[in-house]
Amino acid sequence: MEYISLFVKSIFVDNMIFAYFLGMCSYLAVSKNVKTANGLGLAVIFVLLCTLPLNYLLYTYVLKPGALSWLRPEYAEVDLSFLAFIIFIAVIAAFTQLVEMIVEKFLPALYSSLGIYLPLIAVNCAILGGSLFMQQRDFVNVGESAVYALGSGIGWYLAIVALAAIREKMAYSNVPKGLKGIGITFITVGLMGMAFMIFMGISL
Amino acid sequence: MANSNLKETILNPIFKGNPITVLVLGICSSLAVTVELKGALVMALSVTIVTGLSSLVCSLLRKTIPNRVRIIVQLVVVALMVILVDQVLKAFEATYAIDKSLSVYIGLIITNCIVMGRIEAFALGNKPVPSLLDGLANGAGYGMILIIVAFFRELLGSGTIFGFSVVPDAAYAAGYMNNGLVILPPFALILLGLIIWIHRSIDKDLQEK
Repeated sequence: MEYISLFVKSIFVDNMIFAYFLGMCSYLAVSKNVKTANGLGLAVIFVLLCTLPLNYLLYTYVLKPGALSWLRPEYAEVDLSFLAFIIFIAVIAAFTQLVEMIVEKFLPALYSSLGIYLPLIAVNCAILGGSLFMQQRDFVNVGESAVYALGSGIGWYLAIVALAAIREKMAYSNVPKGLKGIGITFITVGLMGMAFMIFMGISL
Repeated sequence: MANSNLKETILNPIFKGNPITVLVLGICSSLAVTVELKGALVMALSVTIVTGLSSLVCSLLRKTIPNRVRIIVQLVVVALMVILVDQVLKAFEATYAIDKSLSVYIGLIITNCIVMGRIEAFALGNKPVPSLLDGLANGAGYGMILIIVAFFRELLGSGTIFGFSVVPDAAYAAGYMNNGLVILPPFALILLGLIIWIHRSIDKDLQEK
């Protein structure tokens, strides 16, 4: 039951885009049409789902204050948490590289449709943000962190596909000159964010 | 010649090539910290320092970094700078009552596109001193927008500036209310859209077709 609650919460209530503005750069840049948005969204879900539990394990068993005590009791004093940023980003960068190579080798069709967006994921704030929120929230086990990763990935995916669909339609509207392009996109995202706020009060 | 170039390097990112309103970089970690001016100021300073220093370091290393692994080298340099800033902030957290939640967003400076973007576009092809200035100026251009957004959000949302209340009590007595919507995340986006609108109406070259 707790897992379902966490899952729904991370999709809607704590939506990466509308509640925390994470992954905004690629969100705005790659949302011009639904097809590429779809590809990028799926890639984000996948990378998030793989890196977040990995970072969770690293954080819990290596970096957290006293985390090394399973190795030797006298290591209980060691606090490596200042290394968290660099370890997280290294894991994410290495993993994206790995995913890119695997997808290229075994799934060439998917690779050609995702191609350029895969390496971009390494610098997507939503991925690093997921790991940093995980660090802040103190999940009790790997399962919880995986559910959180899946939920926030799906939340990001829904948001980018929705925005891409709106922008495709918006190409036919008459927008004031100064607002054209990025200006109106910001305002659209703001309005979508307001719509997403109706989920705020939900407690599961 | 060299002087006017340097001046251009400094002024361009603040107005005509502003990283947020024109290049749309680094929106990610920025908007959530603009609810109040103090957080925005801390964030603006941190980003300026990180962009400046990492541009400087990458520019010093530019001849030794192999082209193929440059992204990882850049990430390591940036992450190092961010860790330094984060540790300094942690040390002063209690003294200046800096919000703890800021820590996540400080960490996210690593993936802030401005930092990587400036290293890629400028620092790898230029001498250290112009790179440092370019980094600092881009940080300042970013910080300026952050502070403008935070100013309006704090003023309209809480009726305060830097925590001091500026809306007189008489106004509240007469029925004035703080606008709760302004504090919520979506309004930051709308405000940014409006700033872009104003900026592009003044500078017509920037309008998109």
